[in-house]
Amino acid sequence: MTFEIRDIHKSFAGTEVLKGVSLSLEKGEFIALLGPSGSGKTTLLNIVAGLAHADSGSLVFDGEDITRQPAGQRHFGMVFQSYALFRHMTVAQNIGFGLKVMKGGPSRAEIDRRVAELLEMIELPGLADRFPAQLSGGQRQRVAMARALAIRPRLLLMDEPFSALDAQVRVSLRSEVRALQRRAGVGAIMVTHDRAEADALADRIAIMDQGRIVTIETPEQVA
Amino acid sequence: MARILLILLATLFLALMVVLPVVAIFHRAFAEGWGTYLASILDPETLAAIRLTVIAALIVLPLNIVFGVASAWVIARYRFPGRRALLVLVELPFAVSPIVAGLCFLLIYGAYGPVGAALEPFGVQLMFNLTGIVLVSLFVTCPFVMREILPVLMVTGEDEEKAALTLGANGWQIFRHVVLPNISWGLAYGTVLTMARAMGEFGAVSVVSGAIRGQTMTLPLQIELLYNDYNATGAFAAATVLTGLALVTLALRGLLERFGPRRAH
Ligand SMILES: Nc1ncnc2c1ncn2[C@@H]1O[C@H](COP(=O)(O)OP(=O)(O)OP(=O)(O)O)[C@@H](O)[C@H]1O
Ligand SMILES: [Mg+2]
Repeated sequence: MTFEIRDIHKSFAGTEVLKGVSLSLEKGEFIALLGPSGSGKTTLLNIVAGLAHADSGSLVFDGEDITRQPAGQRHFGMVFQSYALFRHMTVAQNIGFGLKVMKGGPSRAEIDRRVAELLEMIELPGLADRFPAQLSGGQRQRVAMARALAIRPRLLLMDEPFSALDAQVRVSLRSEVRALQRRAGVGAIMVTHDRAEADALADRIAIMDQGRIVTIETPEQVA
Repeated sequence: MARILLILLATLFLALMVVLPVVAIFHRAFAEGWGTYLASILDPETLAAIRLTVIAALIVLPLNIVFGVASAWVIARYRFPGRRALLVLVELPFAVSPIVAGLCFLLIYGAYGPVGAALEPFGVQLMFNLTGIVLVSLFVTCPFVMREILPVLMVTGEDEEKAALTLGANGWQIFRHVVLPNISWGLAYGTVLTMARAMGEFGAVSVVSGAIRGQTMTLPLQIELLYNDYNATGAFAAATVLTGLALVTLALRGLLERFGPRRAH
């Protein structure tokens, strides 16, 4: 798998927020997008996810141009900053949702099996019937992760996945997220404010500033 | 001491202004005994009025739900020129006196109005029949559902919908599984309010109904008619039906408030 972001431009009301962003991902690679507030990280991630559209530029996945492909057909798993868990669904229903709405998707029994497997993987097997409001921040984060991985995504996108957590949980979840991503064998783009987080998780770190990727670095020390 | 006095005062006020009139309706309706009461209710004209009222409400309800959900959705999720104007406009029916609303509809959709006149050659008549009653009822009730849903949509935000989108759900699946469960209590509440108002509306309906006995009289109109005919027993008997419907609505509303989630405003 390779994924290429080519020369993406995006303006809001005449202000250019992305000024020609290019980036490519190798198979299974974990890239952190690091940059100050307002530098365009979320905008870029939304464009990659298909939740927003670029003014120009293209997205190419394994040689296929997916720039105009609807979000739902991209098979990219997204973890939102707010987690965006479905508040009226249980943990199990949240995780299984992507499989349930899939056209010609797996049977009910198959979905249940896969959900159980994912619950095992995120180490929350007892919480299948809880609602999101009954979970801690760290548990919500893991459910959001499992929900994104359930559809066996081709790429994992995370927008500041740890920012709503306190420092301790944050650090302990890092290695877990990295392990889940490795195990799923999926490439990942993670937006973050936090240099240490980027160092701990990423294979490469793309530094963004004012709508551009200014440098691409390798992490200083690998955790 | 002051507290007790205030409580007494409030109770007295409620008793005089709310409880007593309701009790009086039933007392007067049964004053001449069960037989007369039943005969009054079973009067063909009164029965026709009950039927018309229920039919009109049943037509208004689904239309209102569709319109209310759609407009709340558009206002909560899209940014477009005129959005604020729409927000104010949709509340207009609450501000306008119902009788004025009725007259406006007559002016436009009546036989001499632009729309009414244009449709007349095709044999389509909009006023002085069920259509007219439904149209004005829609007007007076149109804010209810929308106002209940809009704050919920605003508060819940669109993250869940976006998440569902990236997980491959189509528009209908997102509405059915993500949006609807979030707005269901507001929707139920708005529906109850719409029902109560649609059945009880007098002013606007009286202008456009045409008041044809046994045909275009809704229950509130029929009650007034009976009363003006010096048939007080008939009027009060019919009034018990309308009051009964209102009490049922009130009970539903109470249940929703008790068992529904805390409301957003
Ligand atoms: N829908 C929008 N309409 C108008 N301007 C927008 C919109 N979304 C983002 N912007 C603007 O684009 C710029 C980049 O926003 P973006 O959310 O991508 O930044 P970010 O790097 O994710 O910042 P943060 O670290 O604070 O999340 C900001 O100046 C923001 O105000
Ligand atoms: Mg952001």
